[in-house]
Amino acid sequence: MNRISPSKPVVWTGYNFAYLDEQTKRMVRRALLKALAIPGYQVAFGGREMPLAYGWGTGAIQVTASIIGPRDRLKVIDQGSDDATNAASIRRFFRSVTGVETTASALDATIVQTRHRIPETPLRENQVLVYQVPSPEPLRKIEPRESETRKMHAYAEYGPMLLTLYEDIARYGRVASAYNCPVIVNERYLASPSPIPKFDNPKLSHSPAIQLFGAGREKRIYAIPPYTSVRSLDFEDFPFEPSRPDGRCSLCGSETSYLEEVIMDDVGGRMFVCSDTDYCRRRREGKGEGPVRAARAKA
Amino acid sequence: MTSIPDYAHLKSGFADPVLDSQGVFRTIMSAIAYPGRIVTIGGSVRGPSPLSTATTAFCLTLADGETPIWLDAGARNAEIPAYLRFHCGAPIVDDPGGAQFAIVVDAAAAPRLHLFDAGEDEYPDRSATVCLQVASLTDGAETRWSGPGIEHAIFPRVTVPDWFWSDWIANAAAYPKGIDVVFTCGDAAIALPRTVKVEA
Amino acid sequence: MAHVAINGGEEAILKSQTLVAEQRRGDVAVPEITLAQIASQLGLAVDRVMSEGSLYDRDLAALALKQAQGDALEAIFLLRAYRTTLPRIAASEPIDTSTMTVRRRVSATFKDVPGGQVLGATYDYTHRLLDFALSETADDAPRADVSAEPLDARMPSALDPLVSDGLIEEEIRSDAEAYDLTREPLCLPAGRDQRLQNLARGDEGFLLGLAYSSARGYGSVHPFVGELRAGEVTIQITPEELGFPIDIADIGVTECQMINQLHADPDDLPRFTRGYGLAFGHCERKTIAMALVDRAMRAAEFGEKVEHPAQNEEFVLSHSDSVEASGFVSHFKLPHYVDFQAETRLLRELRARARSEGEGEPSS
Repeated sequence: MNRISPSKPVVWTGYNFAYLDEQTKRMVRRALLKALAIPGYQVAFGGREMPLAYGWGTGAIQVTASIIGPRDRLKVIDQGSDDATNAASIRRFFRSVTGVETTASALDATIVQTRHRIPETPLRENQVLVYQVPSPEPLRKIEPRESETRKMHAYAEYGPMLLTLYEDIARYGRVASAYNCPVIVNERYLASPSPIPKFDNPKLSHSPAIQLFGAGREKRIYAIPPYTSVRSLDFEDFPFEPSRPDGRCSLCGSETSYLEEVIMDDVGGRMFVCSDTDYCRRRREGKGEGPVRAARAKA
Repeated sequence: MTSIPDYAHLKSGFADPVLDSQGVFRTIMSAIAYPGRIVTIGGSVRGPSPLSTATTAFCLTLADGETPIWLDAGARNAEIPAYLRFHCGAPIVDDPGGAQFAIVVDAAAAPRLHLFDAGEDEYPDRSATVCLQVASLTDGAETRWSGPGIEHAIFPRVTVPDWFWSDWIANAAAYPKGIDVVFTCGDAAIALPRTVKVEA
Repeated sequence: MAHVAINGGEEAILKSQTLVAEQRRGDVAVPEITLAQIASQLGLAVDRVMSEGSLYDRDLAALALKQAQGDALEAIFLLRAYRTTLPRIAASEPIDTSTMTVRRRVSATFKDVPGGQVLGATYDYTHRLLDFALSETADDAPRADVSAEPLDARMPSALDPLVSDGLIEEEIRSDAEAYDLTREPLCLPAGRDQRLQNLARGDEGFLLGLAYSSARGYGSVHPFVGELRAGEVTIQITPEELGFPIDIADIGVTECQMINQLHADPDDLPRFTRGYGLAFGHCERKTIAMALVDRAMRAAEFGEKVEHPAQNEEFVLSHSDSVEASGFVSHFKLPHYVDFQAETRLLRELRARARSEGEGEPSS
């Protein structure tokens, strides 16, 4: 039996490299290869229970565990931040079970595991972006039955989905969702981009990097290969608009990055800062990514 | 009674099964993600002849008891089935249509592509991956590949049987069903996933 | 600066874990609980954790319960995660419950059955009065009388006479390899093997509620407990190199054979139908609920209308697992700043738009 104490921050001994046993890794790896060969198609895989809770990144953790090697440098972000508690927890898990180097830099990382954001820094060839996906099925809200959604994907019957979006437009004058906006991958499969803001949707398309999606609880893996067309669902008269909060980052002055609202006090004072903390830090340190404007917090 | 193979003379597998298979997998994943690019896999692995280093590494990395393998006549010698059973635990099947992985060491005599499992409409992932060992990845006729994973176009020169590219058009027409191919030669490989459009 | 508030995630986690450890230990003036105490004195909790954790190991289940401060679902999760790291060595032969070393066995359908009714240990007839004597440790341990007569070594199912009269459907025997949900994802429509494995691992509370709903009116189940038995069975494996089965362990299981409403096949005489439940350890409530839900999910097989939750295979199988359910439900406490703020912005825009459109119209 393994005599380990996970509460001690050390590299765990007694577990296989990257926690999963080799048979499980092979199963996940085979699923990944088929996922890349059929862009946007959800491959059902024999997802295992992980030591982190379902809904907290177990699918992506299994993907990362199946691809990671000693020469990798791993970055983990949640809401764009490396220091969010769940990102820190996942990073610590991988340090414990692999001993690999971790980094906050999107430039240095070979694997980036993310929840809800795509880094502002453009990714390169052979970098791997692993998305944590809570609900991989974009059709689930209109059709709860897996047996039916599987048929809809098989025959590309996406009319009902478009109809739902159009009903939004009829009611609200626009598509009433601001995140997790479904995409068509390689002009064939409807897929969920995971709950990223629609601001990030354009980054999915024709990225030089490899994008892998893991949904642990629903036991699905899918992928967007590099240089692959990813189109956000829209209509000719209502084109997709990747929206961004107006204004600029109070810390680095960026006018193009995705901003997060921080409440400063209880009388309505607030400021906006980059949600991508690595990008923001690098700009403040003057390391590329455009000039830093002199900026002060509004409050 | 089947005779028990002589396991004492089996060639060895990976020196470090965990990390070697991780390294090979990442390279294969990269090959599938960026079709048409030549990658090298397997390093010092020497499988039983005539399996190339890359084919051997492919099998050791991806095959196991859950993946039926089909072998062409050239690979059905005294050593190879025993090697794959021992190192991968993979069942060897007689019908190419029943295999998840097909290993072809004699590309000239390869079965036509429609004989392999192309998956189902609802489960196109349940399809075969064919590892096709070819004479050369660089001396064949130039072809133009485009599709996911390829920025504009790439021009591989794999030596393939003359029927191959017309079969490939039929394979692509069945999309999303279809087989995926990995060409190997020595320790080099090029992947051809079903999404690639090839002009020969 | 406000941004500092979200820094220090990793350090915060480590400190939080120390706090958990401190709370787990509790008052240091009280002796620390031992695994042996948990395994032997909280046996039913251990049984549930083993059963839903899909791992038969009393010591590990006791450890999980200690680590989880007695939270069964957290303990089940710990065992499941540990199970992921264990290689598979062999698949056992099917167990034969007719050879069970029976500790308890009752039938609600026959007053007397071959092998006899064995009341055994049950809470059924304890009056649920708090026993204040237990609030103190006792000097002498209670001892129950043991019958001088041993029970029958082989105790056939109480349903067998019905089978020989053709009054109940035969058990469906299959030599096919059983689907294994711990290795492959749920595949719909699911065979009975997937369903039973899913139910055996399923959350007892969820199954209990579903079973209750199906018997109360949201379903058409009219059940009789044909037989409920609990005891030890022998596990056998057949190693490839030996070619014959060998005993490797005895495990405790509870089995429920439920007799259900008639079914008339158009080509055959009407018969009773079956529902089946089996789980590790002693867990009667769980196995009865399992047998009811198993039968409810067979509705389509018998041409019954599928109209209630317990009959809907996809609904039941997709929501029964406590590890999946609690993970997903709990994940809503993770930060969702990005989605929430994007949604808030959209809401502001929609409100502004509605307001400006409203201004253009004459007020009524």
